[in-house]
Amino acid sequence: MQTIDLSELGLREVNKMLHAQAADTNQTSWTIENAKGSHAIACGLDAPIEVTVKGSTGYYCGGMNQQATINIDGSAGPGTGENIMSGKIVIEGDASQYLGATGHGGLIVVKGNASSRCGISMKGVNIVVQGNIGHMSAFMGQSGNLVVCGDAGEALGDSCYEARFFVRGSVKSLGADCEKKEMRPEHIEILQGLLDEAGFDADPSEFTRYGSARTLYNFDVDNAGAY
Amino acid sequence: MLALDSTTAALVEVFFRDLNMCGIVGLFLKDKSLEPKLGEMLTSMLITMTDRGPDSAGIAIYGGERAGQTKLVVQSDTPDTAFDGLDTKIGKVVGGTVSMKVSSTHAVLTLPAGTTAAARAALPEIDASLRVMSRGDSLEIYKEVGLPKDVAAQFDISAMSGSHGIGHTRMATESAVTTMGAHPFNTGDDQCLVHNGSLSNHNSLRRKLRRDGVHIETENDTEVGAAYLTWQMQKGATLGEALTSSLDDLDGFFTFVVGTKDGFGVVRDPIACKPAVMAETDQYVAFGSEYRALVDLPGIENARVWEPEPATVYFWSHDSAPTSSEKAA
Repeated sequence: MQTIDLSELGLREVNKMLHAQAADTNQTSWTIENAKGSHAIACGLDAPIEVTVKGSTGYYCGGMNQQATINIDGSAGPGTGENIMSGKIVIEGDASQYLGATGHGGLIVVKGNASSRCGISMKGVNIVVQGNIGHMSAFMGQSGNLVVCGDAGEALGDSCYEARFFVRGSVKSLGADCEKKEMRPEHIEILQGLLDEAGFDADPSEFTRYGSARTLYNFDVDNAGAY
Repeated sequence: MLALDSTTAALVEVFFRDLNMCGIVGLFLKDKSLEPKLGEMLTSMLITMTDRGPDSAGIAIYGGERAGQTKLVVQSDTPDTAFDGLDTKIGKVVGGTVSMKVSSTHAVLTLPAGTTAAARAALPEIDASLRVMSRGDSLEIYKEVGLPKDVAAQFDISAMSGSHGIGHTRMATESAVTTMGAHPFNTGDDQCLVHNGSLSNHNSLRRKLRRDGVHIETENDTEVGAAYLTWQMQKGATLGEALTSSLDDLDGFFTFVVGTKDGFGVVRDPIACKPAVMAETDQYVAFGSEYRALVDLPGIENARVWEPEPATVYFWSHDSAPTSSEKAA
């Protein structure tokens, strides 16, 4: 296991060391100490390594991640896991706004609450939150799954495309063109898989599925005059 | 930056705006034994926020209240001439003893209680360069153009003691980088405001307030926000009510932190783009634009850390338990 001190080495050096790991590296386990809310920790990784960040992180931790597993042993700042492509990010505490924005793949797990704009413009990422999420979450969500074991804030899934949202608690309000959907066996299966992967013990049958009513992004001939 | 399609790029740009444009810190002490270290703690928090706002910096500090006296903090770009004998001149105007403590471009005048208005009215005739930074029994505001570390050193903020204080690092967007455009803004006796964000209806609101006789000095958006709160309170609103109505009347992005004689309050606009983190322990309540600002506070590892909810007014006061009230949608 490699232990590196961020306050000693500085961000660029730490990220350079992580970027230098090839797909077949033997150094698969890393610990970063003294995160102290710094920005852009472990951004742009592309190797099957596991990185544990001690303390809370600032903006964009794990941004653009591919393959790597990143554990944040604290709370995470704005834009954590932004544009994640694959791999996994696990946040022990809370996550700030626009968690996993524009993410194309991979899994983000939050053990606390996530803030506003969680999963905004998600394009395939899976996000599983044990607590609540804030307003405008999954705005323009295109693909992927957002699982919320607690409650969702205002305007969930506004202007969404084909992303799926599973909420166990209450939803303060649904955004434009987002509606309640039937929970079919295939959805129970997807949800169970995500809960298992996140390590959360919750009964999928207690969740409600939400998704796009598909009236905003499909062409309707009655609207032809508007173009 | 990232490979995004154009729609997403445009959208995400909006949310990325919170990265820049000012840093705010605030510290409210519950543990009196920390009071001598207030300035030192606030200075460290302020300097951490330098890359959010390197243009100018300011701090409002509450402390040193004495019965029968009140304070007026004035600034001048030509302190040698402007402050020369200023205490004696003001003393004659108000008919009482006035003491003065000069700190670089600022001077703290201690006046007999109830004489602030007379002293302020006399300032332009005494020296045209004199500008009021703050007024109140315990409030002192220090602000200047420059890096936060330089501004803090200029006034030796770290040596100051007090019960609570707020600070600001500015990245200017809506008006010029000047002393008067720096935060905090004094909104009334012992009241001040700092702002992270940008108000988009400040021009129309400034015209409206000026028509109502409110004095607004600069083209700065935050000064309009501050004047708005003052105006609401002059009409009889409490600070909490004024902040709540600001959610309806101010358009734009904002996280406000307000200081009062007894404590401080926090409010974010309903969209809440501008970041805010709070931490509370038995010893203090702290505010930062980012968690980075809080990392050196004692016992932060075990503090309760959370983000204030949008459109919700929070208050901490030495006189009463903390409150939060969500504005009805």
